[in-house]
Amino acid sequence: MPLKLLNNVIFQSIFLMSLLIVVGVFIPNWLVFVITKAIAYGLVGLGIITLMRGGLVSFGQGFVFGIGGYTAGLLGTQAGLTDAMLLLFISFLFTGFIGLIIAPLLARYRDIFFAMLSLACSMVLYGILIKIDAIGGSDGFVLPESTYFGISPSPEYADYILYVVSILMTGVVSILLRYYYNSTPGLIALAVRENELRVEYLGSSAFNVTVLNFTIAAGLGGMGGALNGIALGHIDPEFTYWTTSGEFVFISILAGYLSVPAVFLAALLLELVRSFSGRYFPDTWQLILGVFLILSIIFIPSGIGSFFKQFFDKFKNK
Amino acid sequence: MKFFRHCLILLSSMLVSLIGFIGVTSADDHKGFKIGVVTFLSGPAAEPFGVPAWNGGKLLIKLLNEGKVPAPYNKKGFGGMEITAIPIDEAGGATKQVQEFRNLVQRDKVDAVLGYVSSGDCMAIPSVADELQALTVLYDCGTPRVFEDASYKYVFRTAAHAAMDNIAIAKYLIEKGHDISSIAGINQNYAWGKDSWKDFSVSIKKLSPNSEIKNELFPKIFSGQYGTEISALMNSKAKVVHSSLWGGDLQSFILQAKPRGLFKRTQVVFSAGDHVMPGLGKQYPEGVILGARGQYGMMAPDTPLNNWFYKAYMDEYGVFPAQPPYRMVQGLMGLKMAIEKAMDNNGGKKPNKDEIAEAFTGLEFEAPGGLVQMKLGNGHQAIQPHAIGKTAKDKDGNIIVTDIVRYKASCVNPPNGINAVDWISAGFPGADC
Amino acid sequence: MIDEILTIILDGAIYASWLFIVALGLTFVFGVLKILNIAHGGIYALGAYSTATLVPIFYSLGMPDQLVILTMLVSALAVAIVITPIMERGILRRFYGQDEVLIVLVTYAIYLVLEDVQKLIWGMNSLYVYEPRELLGALELGSLYYVGYDLALIGLAIFCGLLLWLVLNKTKSGKIVLAVIHNPEISGCMGVNINKVYLAAFFVGAFLAALAGSFTAPLISVQVGISVAVVIESFAVVIIGGLGSIPGAVIGALIIGMARAACVHKLPEAEIFIMYFCMAGMLIFRPKGLFQGTQARKI
Repeated sequence: MPLKLLNNVIFQSIFLMSLLIVVGVFIPNWLVFVITKAIAYGLVGLGIITLMRGGLVSFGQGFVFGIGGYTAGLLGTQAGLTDAMLLLFISFLFTGFIGLIIAPLLARYRDIFFAMLSLACSMVLYGILIKIDAIGGSDGFVLPESTYFGISPSPEYADYILYVVSILMTGVVSILLRYYYNSTPGLIALAVRENELRVEYLGSSAFNVTVLNFTIAAGLGGMGGALNGIALGHIDPEFTYWTTSGEFVFISILAGYLSVPAVFLAALLLELVRSFSGRYFPDTWQLILGVFLILSIIFIPSGIGSFFKQFFDKFKNK
Repeated sequence: MKFFRHCLILLSSMLVSLIGFIGVTSADDHKGFKIGVVTFLSGPAAEPFGVPAWNGGKLLIKLLNEGKVPAPYNKKGFGGMEITAIPIDEAGGATKQVQEFRNLVQRDKVDAVLGYVSSGDCMAIPSVADELQALTVLYDCGTPRVFEDASYKYVFRTAAHAAMDNIAIAKYLIEKGHDISSIAGINQNYAWGKDSWKDFSVSIKKLSPNSEIKNELFPKIFSGQYGTEISALMNSKAKVVHSSLWGGDLQSFILQAKPRGLFKRTQVVFSAGDHVMPGLGKQYPEGVILGARGQYGMMAPDTPLNNWFYKAYMDEYGVFPAQPPYRMVQGLMGLKMAIEKAMDNNGGKKPNKDEIAEAFTGLEFEAPGGLVQMKLGNGHQAIQPHAIGKTAKDKDGNIIVTDIVRYKASCVNPPNGINAVDWISAGFPGADC
Repeated sequence: MIDEILTIILDGAIYASWLFIVALGLTFVFGVLKILNIAHGGIYALGAYSTATLVPIFYSLGMPDQLVILTMLVSALAVAIVITPIMERGILRRFYGQDEVLIVLVTYAIYLVLEDVQKLIWGMNSLYVYEPRELLGALELGSLYYVGYDLALIGLAIFCGLLLWLVLNKTKSGKIVLAVIHNPEISGCMGVNINKVYLAAFFVGAFLAALAGSFTAPLISVQVGISVAVVIESFAVVIIGGLGSIPGAVIGALIIGMARAACVHKLPEAEIFIMYFCMAGMLIFRPKGLFQGTQARKI
């Protein structure tokens, strides 16, 4: 990847991150919380677009979302580990590892079968989780309050500090992802999406790329799940239910696979709708989301990421 | 430079619209008392449970604001402050409810949250409540574990928990001489269902050690289809079938089991069976032993306060109040009592959450269902008297409750400091009947 | 012992029949249109709601009780008639020829919309329509009592399955549909009106979904949220049986139905888990399901 491009990406990311951190000081606590959740969902969405670049849509990211959340939760309640950054990192690694094990099973399938297999995986995990009473069964359990390098923040700042931590960690992850997308395996994924047979004939392995993508998606999903659990302070098997997976797909389709920030914007949109739905439009929020999804599939098939790409391309050509 | 410009424009427009929205939504009402009310307004639990509860709550709030409630609740609103309520739907699961709770506290800036039917939500909310330092009154959920597994500063439960329901039913069965040589249970697969069955089965085993447990079924909550389970229950030929099913699930179960003769072939006991009576009307089976989770509905005591409430609800909604509105009203009355006590202590100003919490701890107050005493959980968990009865048909074919036995609060509730299950296993030491 | 086995078989058959009726439409629509319709669950719910609305009207008209079955069929038909043009022609047709998964996402969006449509039309209340269930009385089998209606469900399932299979394989229109399943392009070249076939097939699928809802309505309390579980249960059946295959749906429904019945009677703890377990098992050993959908031999 050309050095100039890499520099641009890092520069833009640092700018965005600093902007968000500064803005976070002035906005109310509930909005900070919403953005933090949007970041969590966005991470999972990033995982799906990683797979989408390779031509696959996973309908079962709830699987890794749940594993990440429960990992963070169990480490907190059983091992007393409450450092947020550590939990996010460990969840990323552990869930990625699980993804690596499962990936060969799923990577041979395409299209509908991949989608249904991933869905089935998440539902099997759901069925297991609601039956294990030791970790709360269908009620789930409460996560202990998180600490940062041993310090336990006071209640007024807890939301903001988690917000800052998630922005920083996600920023780093996003930069690495953008680097990955523009690297050889990342570009091969795009080729696989176009024509898998040709890729094989040209000497690369679609299978390997898919396994790699799946592992990364798993890690991202796990990190998102951990963040979501920590932000809420609670985790339950609903994390792995198919309707949750559906929300991640919604985010990815809305965002498209062309731009990383677009995914977080789409996640933020979903979170804002969800946040206000309880009070102001409980009967119609799913309808709004459904209509939104259909419209965006029809009119913005490449997702809102295509708008972002125009911004960045203009900057690149300066 | 175009990039920066685009970013700036985008960000500032978002900020402006957000600030505008926030300004509109968070009207800070200093004069009155704002409460968030959370109960099931959609889904299987709405029509038999959440909606009647909110109906009762709405009615009481209206009458309180008008000052038309009898003593000791005759002050207008809460100590003179007008009550405004924001109803929120409890559907969607514990994770969603945590979010809604945060919205109520951080965005809508309510002074207190009153709510929660589902035991699952009651296990998730309290730690968030204490983290956000938000005064929270749990008005309904049943799992004993809320204050047994942990203790909280700002969270109170104004109604007795499920142990009372199941202990009382077990005692009733024995006192009335029913055959309890074998029992079976169908309960929902979550905290409420599991704890209810545990409390009941352990009580029965303690009071009648030779009883055999034939079948323990735990279908998923809101499953709604019990054909196979009904077959299993009938096949087991247990003498008593226990269930803590509630809401739409209970309605479905009754409708599916009745034509198959379950209620004729075995003694069915419902630990929370009254709230589906208004909906099912004459379809409700006879001969069912049930509890209403307190002296509510047809088992309510003959007191001036209850008679007033029963009539007010009946006049307004045309149907008698079962447990949901009683419990919501109980929560509101407890909150009112605590607030007014705090105001007496601080010279009449609007009390803050610490002052209310202090007044609430160990509080005792009269409610339509009897005397409520915050005795357990270090003063945060209520106990109250109970009643168990049996359904029968009256001369017009309507379903009524007869054979009512009343239990003192200290007879069927564990004392402070011991878990319900441990108390039952130890043989109910210190029970005052 | 024999008693118990008979009970398990009967319970399993009743549940399997329900599963089959629910999943038949889903697998058929996939077979013909290659669309995995997530909104299938939503149409099911609409069928239940429409029955819950029309049957009380029927009773108030004072007609003979036996005709209530007709009302339920009509309510399912009504739902299919309304939904098919909107969904198939209005929305899905735009996406034919594009990525299969994209269409699934569109059906997911429609599912979300249908969920709220239920709330907007019928509100949050639960509806009850238990009268039809009492039509056929109860039957005493051994030591157990079964409601005639539940047993009749078995008959309905067999009837639907057989009828569809016969129409597909023994009638001229059916063979045309088979041809379209094998190869839409060539069929089009041979003069078949593909769009009409798709429309008809979707209509049949929607009708079956609504029918499942209609006939389930007397068993449950009809309320918001009944579609959620149906989506996943019908998926489980088609995953096990194989997408697009009617015999597959039969076997899938039987496997899940019997497994669940056995669990409830013998191992209640595993009851919730067993369906996903079967699904997982099938996916590990034979991800495409037991039977393939109809496929032509390709050169």
